[in-house]
Amino acid sequence: MLKNRIIPCLDVKNGRVVKGINFVELKDAGDPVEQAKIYSDGGADEICFLDITASNENRETIIDIVKKTAKECFVPLTVGGGVRTIQNITDLLLAGADKVSINTAAVKDVGFVNEASKKFGSQCIVVAIDAKKVSNNKWEVFTHGGRNKTGIDVVEFAKQVETNGAGEILLTSMDRDGTKSGYDVELLKLITDNTNIPVIASGGVGTLDHFYDGIVNGGASAVLAASIFHYGEYKIKEAKEYLKSKNVSVRL
Amino acid sequence: MNVTIVDYQSGNISSVINSFTEVAKGKVNLEVTSDINKIKSSDKIVLPGQGSFKSCVDSLNNINGLAETLKEFAIINKKPLLGICVGLQMFADVGYEEAETKGLGWIAGKVSKIDNQNGKFKLPHIGWNEIEIQKESKIFKDIKNKSHMYFVHSYEFIPEDKSVISSTTDYSSKIVCSVERDNLFGTQFHPEKSDKIGLKIIDNFLKL
Repeated sequence: MLKNRIIPCLDVKNGRVVKGINFVELKDAGDPVEQAKIYSDGGADEICFLDITASNENRETIIDIVKKTAKECFVPLTVGGGVRTIQNITDLLLAGADKVSINTAAVKDVGFVNEASKKFGSQCIVVAIDAKKVSNNKWEVFTHGGRNKTGIDVVEFAKQVETNGAGEILLTSMDRDGTKSGYDVELLKLITDNTNIPVIASGGVGTLDHFYDGIVNGGASAVLAASIFHYGEYKIKEAKEYLKSKNVSVRL
Repeated sequence: MNVTIVDYQSGNISSVINSFTEVAKGKVNLEVTSDINKIKSSDKIVLPGQGSFKSCVDSLNNINGLAETLKEFAIINKKPLLGICVGLQMFADVGYEEAETKGLGWIAGKVSKIDNQNGKFKLPHIGWNEIEIQKESKIFKDIKNKSHMYFVHSYEFIPEDKSVISSTTDYSSKIVCSVERDNLFGTQFHPEKSDKIGLKIIDNFLKL
């Protein structure tokens, strides 16, 4: 039976982890390669890097990190942030990423998702959708970390990216992100019910029960979290043991 | 020992290179090439494959003499070859991804879309699933039954002769996830992305 995945996400800025692990055994709290290795050794099903570097000049830095991480972590590696061109994707895949996540560029032109999935295969194209509730039962796609409203309905957009060859959707609730109040399960359910590709839940995890909610009530195939793991509140293994105790199938 | 990872422009093979490099360290001479003479003189071959069946077959056929060389190596001379993902799927006679496409025809059978029971199961089949070992296999030495492997695919290989199947996995139906015949091996899952247990499979292949 296919297992539900737990994916820790590391935010990287100018080559350093900004929201990172606070474990005591870390030699260097800002080194993304070291942290990815800890997660991978701890049972992470995949590793996700989100490059939040503002300038294009620093693209090389993330490439270098991906190269080093891929030589030490033998679980799938997804890299997102600033992926705008076919060349960006080529560079990341050659460096050792297994998947790339496309956000703003997909909203600007969904044809880019089509072009990328035709060229590299759907298996490595993840579309990251940032959604915010605008009225009852209605969510809209936002870009630039929730600052820019696009007017695009999230269900319509999710269907569009699926048709255009996305292999997975990484769905972040901008209302919940950073709040630790749990995933937006209503939003998740809406998207998992209306698409046939795996959906990764993101934004809002504060307790282990939130993982359960995202998977069981939201229908997510995978759950992504950052701070709950970074600050050592829970280890990945604990999250998996908790889910297993509630009859959710995980890889242990 | 010389092991060649066939680079025929079939998409992203960085992870295959990284994992084999890790396992081969100091023991095996690893080459990544599409050079026919180097392939001919190697002891083992790894045939990766990403993207669609059609795109992989097309890329392989684009390199003059490659298909024949691989056939001579694996089928006529029966030297060890490991196909991964679409690399395995290409062993079939025919594939139906994008368009009906002739495969290498090494193991009779076809590659068709996984029946997801009208959307009841999501596709691609992405993530970690357990393998159920169906027969003793040289590459599964010290691999426990029901070990987790990483999958990402929407199409499955259906061989005519079921005795080639070395493991299956349970999704919308029992999916063939590895085959073995003589020295021809194939995995639908990605050993190179399957953590330490995947590296063990690579090690088993390199130690053959």
